[in-house]
Amino acid sequence: MSEYLFLVPILPLAGFLINGLLLGRLPRPVVSFVACVPVGLSFLLSVLLFFGLKGLPPDARVLEQVLFPWISSGFLLVNVGFLLDPLSAVMILVVSGVGFVIHLYSIGYMHHDPCFGRYFAYLNLFMFSMLTLVLADNFLFMFVGWEGVGLCSYLLIGFWFEKKSASDAGKKAFIVNRIGDFGFLIGMFIIFWQVGSLDFRVVMEAAPTMFVAGGALITAACILLFMGAIGKSAQIPLYVWLPDAMEGPTPVSALIHAATMVTAGVYMIARSNVLYLLAPDALLVVAIVGALTAIFAATIGLAQNDIKRVLAYSTVSQLGYMFLACGVAAFGAGIFHLMTHAFFKALLFLAAGSVIHAMSGEQDMRKMGGLRRHVPVTYITMLIAALTIVGIPGLSGFFSKDEILWKAFSSPYGHPVLWALGFVTAGLTAFYMFRLIYLTFHGKGRMDADTRKHLHESPKSMTVPLMVLALLSIVGGWIGMPHLFGVTNYFEQWMAPVMSGAGHDAVSHALAAGGGDTGMEVGLMTATVILVLVAILAARKLYGQTPELSTRLREKTPHLHRLLFNKYYVDEIYGAVIVRPLVNMSIFLWKIVDVLIIDGLINGFATLYNDISQTLRAGQTGRVRSYATVFVAGVVALVAYFLLG
Amino acid sequence: MMENEILTLVTFFPTIGVLLLLLVPGDRHDSLRSVSLIIAFITMLFSFLLWAMFDPVANGMQFEVNVPWITSLGISYHVGIDGISLLLILLTTILSVLCILSAWRSIATGVKGFLISILLLETGMIGVFCALDLFLFYVFWEVMLIPMYFLIGVWGGPRKVYAAIKFVLFTMFGSLLMLVAILFMLFEYQKYSGEYSFDLLKIMQMPFAYHAQLWLFAAFGLAFAIKVPLWPFHTWLPDAHVEAPTAASVILAGVLLKMGTYGFIRICLPMFPEATVTFLPYICVLSLIAIIYGALVAMVQKDVKSLVAFSSVSHMGFIMLGMFALNTQGMEGAVLQMINHGISTGALFLIVGMLYERRHTRLIAEFGGIAKVMPFYAAVFMIVTLSSIGLPLTNGFVGEFLILIGVFKFNTVYGIVAASGVVLSACYMLWMFQRVVFGKVTKSENEKLKDVSWRERMVLIPLVVLIFWIGIYPKPFLDRIEPAVKQVLERVSRAKTVEAERRFQIETELPAREAGSVGATGHVAGGENLCWK
Repeated sequence: MSEYLFLVPILPLAGFLINGLLLGRLPRPVVSFVACVPVGLSFLLSVLLFFGLKGLPPDARVLEQVLFPWISSGFLLVNVGFLLDPLSAVMILVVSGVGFVIHLYSIGYMHHDPCFGRYFAYLNLFMFSMLTLVLADNFLFMFVGWEGVGLCSYLLIGFWFEKKSASDAGKKAFIVNRIGDFGFLIGMFIIFWQVGSLDFRVVMEAAPTMFVAGGALITAACILLFMGAIGKSAQIPLYVWLPDAMEGPTPVSALIHAATMVTAGVYMIARSNVLYLLAPDALLVVAIVGALTAIFAATIGLAQNDIKRVLAYSTVSQLGYMFLACGVAAFGAGIFHLMTHAFFKALLFLAAGSVIHAMSGEQDMRKMGGLRRHVPVTYITMLIAALTIVGIPGLSGFFSKDEILWKAFSSPYGHPVLWALGFVTAGLTAFYMFRLIYLTFHGKGRMDADTRKHLHESPKSMTVPLMVLALLSIVGGWIGMPHLFGVTNYFEQWMAPVMSGAGHDAVSHALAAGGGDTGMEVGLMTATVILVLVAILAARKLYGQTPELSTRLREKTPHLHRLLFNKYYVDEIYGAVIVRPLVNMSIFLWKIVDVLIIDGLINGFATLYNDISQTLRAGQTGRVRSYATVFVAGVVALVAYFLLG
Repeated sequence: MMENEILTLVTFFPTIGVLLLLLVPGDRHDSLRSVSLIIAFITMLFSFLLWAMFDPVANGMQFEVNVPWITSLGISYHVGIDGISLLLILLTTILSVLCILSAWRSIATGVKGFLISILLLETGMIGVFCALDLFLFYVFWEVMLIPMYFLIGVWGGPRKVYAAIKFVLFTMFGSLLMLVAILFMLFEYQKYSGEYSFDLLKIMQMPFAYHAQLWLFAAFGLAFAIKVPLWPFHTWLPDAHVEAPTAASVILAGVLLKMGTYGFIRICLPMFPEATVTFLPYICVLSLIAIIYGALVAMVQKDVKSLVAFSSVSHMGFIMLGMFALNTQGMEGAVLQMINHGISTGALFLIVGMLYERRHTRLIAEFGGIAKVMPFYAAVFMIVTLSSIGLPLTNGFVGEFLILIGVFKFNTVYGIVAASGVVLSACYMLWMFQRVVFGKVTKSENEKLKDVSWRERMVLIPLVVLIFWIGIYPKPFLDRIEPAVKQVLERVSRAKTVEAERRFQIETELPAREAGSVGATGHVAGGENLCWK
């Protein structure tokens, strides 16, 4: 069965090549057919592979396919190879499944765009890169997908390249990601020179013997790899590109900047879980960065007015949760939240896209309101997504978020402070989510008459994907219910073969010994649910029932509001501290060092040589008499020298 | 049968073309162009034959020919190639064809002289890569100089005379030192063996005294460093590039710069291994400066060509650093990156040239929104930009990755500083790309630009194919580089051990407690091992 593995990423690549090479020569229905069918087939193949893998005994659930040697130099050998295990099986299902739904949605959403073909070509290239990223069997080939998704993100953010803000955002995304990749590369170098291979299976098997547990080397390697994750998954301090990435078409925001690409960092850390368990200090860094990002981004989300920006900061915040999970060694919980988040966040974005579609392109929530009567399907599905993300019991987000919070509290790597950060974030999330819902769908319409006339529900090709994702958002969490409910946690069981080894055993022992405290677990869970409900009610009061209150609140705390609205001025700080000094230094190096000093020195030599020549030229008068005089004087001097000397 | 003649054929076939061109009247522009295109094309086919006949696993030189030339001085026509020269010859012949094709319309005056210069230059370049006799090497080296001088000085831009003279003076300065060094080696060899010889392989058998090596390395090294160009000897490059016509820029960046790095790997490293170890830190630091400095200065350039010129300074810094990491990965990466840089930067100059032909300006501010009017052009530009940045699955990544992983092993700090160049290259390339290709069409002159013609596609497509071929399946290239690199490394690693012993001896003479601590870290491991230093 493994011989078909390579088809999962290759099929979308074929779609990309056909649409890309015949750009502008195919009619739209053919373009959408060529783009969507391979992704659909990839999804089907992923399902088949999943069940094939499930048919194997848990310890034997690994399929590998090596296509050809890619780079070999000395004893360095890197293959183009694919690896399917429970972790990558979940990832390809999520990526190709959500990807397929979003491809279908895009047919309707991008219908009016003149660059329809280019859009789908890029989207297919993205699918290829992302599936390569999750299926690669070694760090370097994973890096191919890693940079590939970055490229597609760059191309799709800047899809409407005539808009300066769009191409700026694309460039920013690429460069900020490159900063992270710099760390990733170095981390990879450390691993290679220590272990002698970049193959995941070799590295993970050899790491415990080749590295000193808790040593500086493994800690450095893990933190450097995490630097790559910080860039790709938009964590503090490299998150700044993601909100700007909303310049891209909305389905792109849903697929790349919410459901799949930005979760690559989480996947990478889960993939390297053996390494991270050898480096507790690195785990702590991951947990702290994750928790801080979660709460930091959530506060910014409170004060944004652009519907997509609210969702963007929400994504940053939710990614923080996933890293918090990884940081407390609950890698499975991180991947679980990755999956449920893919469903509900994709849904939120697609629903927001449907709203924007209905609003004739308007994204400012201050100009919306009362939309629920005009776009009922969008409203219901978005409400379901909102209830899921805030964690209403029974919906998928509840199970995944609760598991993270509980692990943050009870894991041997956890800490009550980490839990508290996650807990407060849950309240903030509920508040900004329902602020969005009330501002958009409830109350009086604040749009102009022209827009009001055009309000309409989106076509079937857009609403059906919404319904599919809504269904997944509801039921997606049922495979990972806590033991507390007296059911099997199928997700945890499925991931068990990937999360095995001495480090994991220690964690589960500690959890079983100290964390069996069900009373505590129920208590914390209830507290979270109550906080969430209070936050929803507060949002309802401020933005649903008495909107004047929110205005008064804003006027009472002008500094805080301005600080949040301007995103803590982080972009401005980066500009002043990094970008501008760098440009100024470059100008200095060019104008002063290069032109003035180095070239001045060289031209100076030329001038000096010229001056000397000019001086000596004075002797070359061309008059025979003066030459004769010098000649005679010379002869006399010579004779005198030999006679007297 | 063919084995013996093929190298000579590849080298001198363009010269035959020069003779043919002399017979064609100077006003028959299209016949002149066709003749030279056919000649360059056949030369390229011969070089493909060379690739086919080359034995990738064999050690040492292949297709060797050794015919006495001036016997009284021990000068012989000794040529032969290994994997490194093979790839560089292929690069030369391919780029020459593309250059003639690219200059089809843009060069309208003095067509005959222009084409003769290009073909003569081709002979000179291939000759340098084949020569195994130092005298022959020097002759070919100087032969390249004259056509390039004319290409810049006659067909160049407004400041062409300044640029051409600057180029020639810089190069001459270096090559004179090289000549002195060559003569010194001749006499040293005569003292050693009793006969005069310029033969590279013979002289290599002779051990030079450490002090002699230092001077020789410095003389050769300076000549090569100017050619690379290594910081701070680089200031001729931006001027030459900005003023040169497109074809000359392509050859200059694509092949001529590689003469410098080729010289290091062919002469400096294997012949003066002990001096290499001594000069190593200085060269590495200069390379690091080149990487960062080149990238930063490139970022603020206003002219696309001088931006690409400074990016070359940065990229060539990578190549130098990889080479002097003195391990398999670094050096193989460096050699591969020589080819890659030729392809990518050659393509960049061709691309910029196409825009220049249409608008007669290269100022970044004059453009914007090109993607709208020239979509095919923009797509190729994008691919080449990504290859220059070193995105995986393009050629640039394979070379850069091998260099960085090699350098990191050699010296962690160097590795980290060099890797930061990867971030900077994304900054300057993408910023330039954005300002030229993205955005709205703001200048009315840009509204009616024609997308690339079929002739221009013929120029660009082969390079795009190479970009992806080397990016996806570099094995055929790396396989051919490996034996050659191994030989250089064997020679240098012996010196590394000697150097380590020398240091160890000095240290053991120190008081015992000091010797113990320094001696343990002072030992430089030769070859590869798995341990972390």
